[in-house]
Amino acid sequence: MPDTPAIEVSHLVKAYAGVTAVNDINFKVARGEILGFLGPNGAGKSTTMRILTGYQPATSGEVKVCGVSVALRPDEVKRQIGYMPENNPLPEDMRVSEYLYFRGRLKEIKRRMLGPRIDEVLELCDLKRVRHKIIGQLSKGYRQRVGIAEAILAEPPVIIMDEPTIGLDPHQILIVRDLIASLRGRMTVIISSHILPEIEMTCDRVLIINQGRVVAQGTPADLRRDVLGHSTYQLEVAGDTASLPLLLATIDPTLTVTAEGEPDGEGFRRLTLSTENDGELGESLLRTLSSQSYRLRALSRTNPTLEDVFLAATRRSWDVKSGDLRKK
Amino acid sequence: MKHFFTLLSHEIRMLLVSPSTYLAALLFLSFMGFIFTTILESYSKAPLELSPAQVFFQLFWLPVLFMVPMLTMKCLAEERRLGTIETLLTTPVTTTEVVLGKYGAAYLLYLALWGSTAGFFLILRKFSGDVRFMDPGPLLGGYLFIAVSGLLFVALGVFASSLSRNQAVAGILCFTMIFGLIFGLSFLAGSSILHREALQPARQAVEYAQVLTHRDDFTRGVIDTRQLLFYLSGTVLALIFSILGVEAKLLHS
Repeated sequence: MPDTPAIEVSHLVKAYAGVTAVNDINFKVARGEILGFLGPNGAGKSTTMRILTGYQPATSGEVKVCGVSVALRPDEVKRQIGYMPENNPLPEDMRVSEYLYFRGRLKEIKRRMLGPRIDEVLELCDLKRVRHKIIGQLSKGYRQRVGIAEAILAEPPVIIMDEPTIGLDPHQILIVRDLIASLRGRMTVIISSHILPEIEMTCDRVLIINQGRVVAQGTPADLRRDVLGHSTYQLEVAGDTASLPLLLATIDPTLTVTAEGEPDGEGFRRLTLSTENDGELGESLLRTLSSQSYRLRALSRTNPTLEDVFLAATRRSWDVKSGDLRKK
Repeated sequence: MKHFFTLLSHEIRMLLVSPSTYLAALLFLSFMGFIFTTILESYSKAPLELSPAQVFFQLFWLPVLFMVPMLTMKCLAEERRLGTIETLLTTPVTTTEVVLGKYGAAYLLYLALWGSTAGFFLILRKFSGDVRFMDPGPLLGGYLFIAVSGLLFVALGVFASSLSRNQAVAGILCFTMIFGLIFGLSFLAGSSILHREALQPARQAVEYAQVLTHRDDFTRGVIDTRQLLFYLSGTVLALIFSILGVEAKLLHS
């Protein structure tokens, strides 16, 4: 069944005593895709991931991994998944290679294949130097990579990692990012993270959840368009700004001035323009403004970061939620 | 059950590489050695009717009450506290296998510790040159009793450990359960509450579950299948409850 999506979640609900942690989540992940899972603390990310792995049961809804229902055949699902939990719990008193050997045996890798495979993941995760060290004595970065090595050990088709880059230094983040990118196409990866540029760089698709609901999903570019709905330009211009809006309308009907600074000593002021048009307007702006006796010193298009999208998306749903509360 | 041996050998390995195991064994043996010498001293003063082995096993509850909680309190409580139970249960391993693996390792360590006390009798025999001290009947019966009752005690410890993520709580719970089993039931049998006519079946049940009586029977060489069944069924029950305990925590965590 290569056509079935790697992960299919429909109407997933998880309620703890009185609190609904996950409220009717639906999403699909195609095979070989890398999905970024974003959300503020307590949004239900970890809960969703735990349900995906079959560690916790869902209250209602259906989750399928590679076409197999997690609730009905958990054993089969567990063979398809490599999972690294939040905070990456590891036994303190084992050596790295021992730990990987033990986990490999539990994951039913054949004894014959296990040795070479352990060497391979140690190499991939840059752990060769510490393979005989005791895990309790390793630094955070190494421990984190041991967790990642463990998750990819059995070469499962689906890998779920809860905040894999937390506590790593920029160099190690780079290694992890390359590692995850190298899995692209071969394995389906779901990672959650608070480091947004991280997600943006590695993930094909992003899912933002808040208060247990999906508030936005799509590629980072889609999200920008959907959530923010505009692109912005910054320019420094000298001249009469009163007639500017009319002029801008001739370039693009939705182009408007959203912020205007005070003129400096040379008469230049900083303007922020906003448009719903996704196309590149820089050239026409330049040409139009300079032909109309405006003096232009700087022009740049500001790309909203995923952070802006994240903040906008989660704030929006927060507003919805607090609106609900007020009604009550 | 194919992961049971992987888990068991892992647990045993972890016990063998851990210095605390050896420290515990050393302290246990010094404690038992102290008891043993005290017994021998009393023998040197006056002749006694019972054999040294019988007296030795009469005090079995003392090490059991302290040792079993210490051996078992860690097993599931620590897995949960560290969160490693999450990584363990997201591999194709069942809760049953995890619990049985932990139980098996703890029980084997329990047996090994008790087994090493057999050395006392060997030393005694070697240096006293008197075969009478090595009465094989009470000795074998006593060790058999230790092995059989240990099944239940260790299972109770594993059960206590499955209930709490705090090792101290698990340890105290285990201590209380074993204390209740050995002395609580014996107190109940002696109390006048159960002497009413209506409570006759309850009294019979309590009298049947007297650990101290079982010990006396075993060391006298009487091996009753009802007693074996008592420990075996108790063990199975405690293990089933441990498995349910672990799974219940998952449902509500």
